[in-house]
Amino acid sequence: MMKSEDFEMISSLLKKRSGLILPKDKVYLLESRLTPIAHKRGLETLDELLEEVRRYSKEDLLTEITEAMTTNESYFFRDNKPFDLFKDIVLPQLLESRAGRKRLRIWCAAASTGQEPYSLAIILKEMEAKLAGWDIEILGTDISQQVLDKAKMGLFSQFEVQRGLPIQLLIKYFNQVGELWQISDEIRNMVSYRKFNLLDSFSLLGSFDVIFCRNVLIYFDQTTKTEVLEKMRKLIPDDGWLFLGAAETVLGITDKFKPVQGQRGLYSTSDASTEVISKLKAG
Amino acid sequence: MKSCLVVDDSKIIRKVARRILEELNFDIHEAADGQDALDTCKGAMPDVVLLDWNMPVMNGLDFLKALRKTEGGTEPIVVFCTTENDMSHISAAISAGADEYIMKPFDREIIESKFVQVGLL
Repeated sequence: MMKSEDFEMISSLLKKRSGLILPKDKVYLLESRLTPIAHKRGLETLDELLEEVRRYSKEDLLTEITEAMTTNESYFFRDNKPFDLFKDIVLPQLLESRAGRKRLRIWCAAASTGQEPYSLAIILKEMEAKLAGWDIEILGTDISQQVLDKAKMGLFSQFEVQRGLPIQLLIKYFNQVGELWQISDEIRNMVSYRKFNLLDSFSLLGSFDVIFCRNVLIYFDQTTKTEVLEKMRKLIPDDGWLFLGAAETVLGITDKFKPVQGQRGLYSTSDASTEVISKLKAG
Repeated sequence: MKSCLVVDDSKIIRKVARRILEELNFDIHEAADGQDALDTCKGAMPDVVLLDWNMPVMNGLDFLKALRKTEGGTEPIVVFCTTENDMSHISAAISAGADEYIMKPFDREIIESKFVQVGLL
């Protein structure tokens, strides 16, 4: 059983480096995810690893521990609904309002192994005819270099390509590589990846018309949630959009984003976007 | 309640699929090969067929082709569920009129996600 001062040390390390809040009942996660790191470093027990952390605080070890504790579950078209909303509400509005510049920037702020940005890229590819002449950038970021490396390769297991991905899209956009499935270059080249910590300054990211920040705020405390969302608001123009996970909300966290009525997971920066929706529905 | 015909020559696979699908509120019928399945369908078309490929008497692909030519046979949604996991088999199945394709091994989550995609859930 882990000593409580050890738990405190690791949980404060995680909070400081990634914002992650580790509840006491998740101590088993520490044991199951950090023991392999100890073994990899030739140490026999988790206690020896924790001793190493305490004595040397080496940057590479702290990074490895932080990355190991982040959750990277992801699947193609996760929850379906946000992708329908993106295609049916968000894109039509942006295509109209940005028709002059013909430029869009989309940010997946917790891209994990790439399923979310690639799902968006597939949607855009499927409506290619309408997007001729448009410059659309999809940026995927994550705190973990390991998951980004996997995302960049675009290689997925048979299990991963069966969670959420319609078979027609598998046939169309994937190639079989041994036991694995690799997403085609035409889709892969639509997404760029960069390692990024949501606790850091957003000032060098530029602005985004749409931000996907799904299933990451749930791991943060209230103050961190507010800080991250308010930093995001500064990157989104007044008619831009934010997607959060199904179990997340802005209510009680910030008033900089408004939930779009009846469209779970979608948030607008102003009431103007809500009007766009009623117009779309009417027209 | 929607009906699902589970077609597989393995009794164990049929049992596993039955358990998952009953939890998803389907009424389950079973068939052990393609011919058996075709006879069942001629009696009453199910809403969905979960279909193995390699089976004695009549394989899954031949069943699918025969089903689609049968009166009312274009109605059921057909989801392949097989160890055949290469692109040529997948393409052949879709060309023959399959709606979705599951590569074994499968679990509850994969069945559920594929059934959502074809509008059954």
